[in-house]
Amino acid sequence: MPRYIIGIAGNPNCGKTTMFNALTGARQHVANWPGVTVEKKVGHIHSGDDSIELVDLPGTYSLTAYTQEELVARNFLVDERPEAVIDIMNADALERNLYLAVQIMELGVPLVLGLNMMDEVRSSGKQIDSALLEELSGCAVVETVARNGEGAKELLQTTIETAESKKGEWKPLNISYGPDLDPVLKQMQELIESESFMTDKVPSRWTGIKYLERDEDVVIKGRMTNTALSDKLEAMAAEVSAHTEKTLKAKPDAIIADYRYGYIASLIKDVVSYPILDADRISRSDQMDKVLTHRIVGPLIMLAIVYLIYQVTFTVGEIPMGWLEALFGWLGDTATNLLPEGLLQSLIVSGIIDGVGGVLGFVPLIMFMFLMISALEDSGYIARMAYMLDRIFKVFGLHGTSVLPFIVSGGIAGGCAVPGVMATRTLRSPKEKLATLFVAPYMTCGAKVPVFLMLTSAFFPENEAAIMLTITLGAWAMALIVARILRSTVIKGASTPFVMELPPYRMPTLQGVLIHTWERTWEYAKKAGTVILGISILIWAMMTFPQLPAEKIAQFETQRAAAQSEEQIAEIDNIEAEEAIRHTVAGRIGTALEPLSELAGFNWRVNIALTGGFAAKEVIVSTLGTAYSLGEIDAEESQPLAEQLVQDPDFSMASAIALIVFTMLYAPCFVTVVTMARESSWKWAAFSVVGSTGLAFGMAVIAFNMAKAFM
Amino acid sequence: MTKDMCLRKAKVNQKLKIKTISAEGELGRRIRDLGLIPGTELHVIGKAPLRDPVALRLKDFTLTLRNSEADHITVTPLED
Repeated sequence: MPRYIIGIAGNPNCGKTTMFNALTGARQHVANWPGVTVEKKVGHIHSGDDSIELVDLPGTYSLTAYTQEELVARNFLVDERPEAVIDIMNADALERNLYLAVQIMELGVPLVLGLNMMDEVRSSGKQIDSALLEELSGCAVVETVARNGEGAKELLQTTIETAESKKGEWKPLNISYGPDLDPVLKQMQELIESESFMTDKVPSRWTGIKYLERDEDVVIKGRMTNTALSDKLEAMAAEVSAHTEKTLKAKPDAIIADYRYGYIASLIKDVVSYPILDADRISRSDQMDKVLTHRIVGPLIMLAIVYLIYQVTFTVGEIPMGWLEALFGWLGDTATNLLPEGLLQSLIVSGIIDGVGGVLGFVPLIMFMFLMISALEDSGYIARMAYMLDRIFKVFGLHGTSVLPFIVSGGIAGGCAVPGVMATRTLRSPKEKLATLFVAPYMTCGAKVPVFLMLTSAFFPENEAAIMLTITLGAWAMALIVARILRSTVIKGASTPFVMELPPYRMPTLQGVLIHTWERTWEYAKKAGTVILGISILIWAMMTFPQLPAEKIAQFETQRAAAQSEEQIAEIDNIEAEEAIRHTVAGRIGTALEPLSELAGFNWRVNIALTGGFAAKEVIVSTLGTAYSLGEIDAEESQPLAEQLVQDPDFSMASAIALIVFTMLYAPCFVTVVTMARESSWKWAAFSVVGSTGLAFGMAVIAFNMAKAFM
Repeated sequence: MTKDMCLRKAKVNQKLKIKTISAEGELGRRIRDLGLIPGTELHVIGKAPLRDPVALRLKDFTLTLRNSEADHITVTPLED
């Protein structure tokens, strides 16, 4: 049974992932590329007797080594030597998409061109002669429409045939780079071949081109392989570079790019024919941009969209959320009735069912939120948001593309800082990346939403949506201000280029949106089922042990025996319960912090919850619930946490506001810290924990005192 | 005869042709990877709400760059 490894390459926004989904369906798994944090998607398919491993390469415009994505894509081709590569191209922008294809051809990997989005090409009146393209490029060409799966089977079949017929043999394409570069390239090639310099992996001419392009990755590998020869090649490249700069005012990499485009122009001269355009024929997408990115209307629409996402999520998501809450309530009641009173009952009801239930209850909200964000991402609107916001971001030392990590982290409430922090890998400049990393966790992630929702519904029941919007905007403001401070102190430096494609607006496909939503929701639910379960049990233990010493309990017993009325007994129970929880590990931590936390209006119960929140923010609400319910006198009179908070004389509206501020800003959860360390360094992650918590406390104290003074 | 100018000075809806690109290194490569090379025809389709970045329409696609990056590109206005 033949086995093939096949890579799928392509520009961003060319429908590559849609095609990958169409080809593999649900048979795919996600991981990270070894050593780097770029997402790796692999799918296994069987076609007849053949077993195929399909690897979705990161979307790139080029195969230089400027971004991690490009390097990953290139190293995959060089090191894994796939039997064939499919280059999915947006046929509607064939010329630019061929730039990547030509670079793959220069490497020599057997290549199949998937001309995707042919539906758009046809509707725009353009014509592409794919048979001629096949003849001129020497690569098999298949026309596809990934969104509806058209051509997917044929593409796979053609690729298998190509892999079979080429048998792993590489045939690099040789393009002329003009009278200045060709001669030196030829000399380089002879030298490289005479010493078999890296020729086991890549064609000699390709290595030469990379030396002319001053490709750091190749040059460093070259120096390690053969220092003398590498030095010689570098000197040759430097010499010709000095020459072309003098005569042509251009460096070799620019000249090489121009000749590649020249080659592409000659390829497609007769392949693409444009309709005769009447002067003001504008594509639908451009017309939409006239409104959606309009100077005044654009930002208003953007705000409206964010607000709409809120409304839909909260009004529609609330319904299944109610069902889940009812389910967990019923589970808790059943367990209470079935199990004898005591530690086991307490563990199962307070520790497990309440803890995990509190987290899983938000799954519907998160699903709706992701459903809409995925749709927005796939429609091309997020790129417009980056475009409209870049100027503002630049002021704060960030980059328009920082908007994506912000949004994923919860810039539109309900995200998660873990994928958000991971999304910073699309940022090229290490400085902007560090700043974005640091502040992205300030966003209103899905785990903070319950805290905010609970507090707003308790203290501001009239205008929940408006308050939530204010919180989100506040998080943005804080993130931007802190980023600005970081960029002018700890991480100074110039900004990176903002050169970005605005993909045409597209209807998102149902499959794509569902796969995205499923991946993210599942990630959240999995976290609830594993990490959170462990933490809830740990926290339950911290809040249960050590128990009051026997003589203390006996003391309360005697008091109760001596009591005259029901009320007195209740009073004694209450004092006992409170003393019991204060006696526990968590109670001691919370009480010890009280003198300090009082400045922000937090009592020891809140302190316990916030300490738990270091582990995972999801825990805040459930811990607070446990802290209050363990102190509860009568189980039958148990009230929702929100009402208990409102009635607690220790906890005022000012405390609620301070708690919102503190939760927004303090240390990211444990998983995020680990992710952060992986994306930057442990030092930076530690700085984030300490720095953010300090900032959060300071802001909470200010908020508490201001609220107390004015309300 | 029209005069060459810096892309930053271009007005919305103006039709232009790229004359030279002086950017080097990372910026230069990024610009070329996205298909901006001398000889390319484009027109400015819009500017972001704060007048920066600008959105450019090339033959087949739209891209956007900041004014500070447009400074590296000189263009010739096209009459139509």
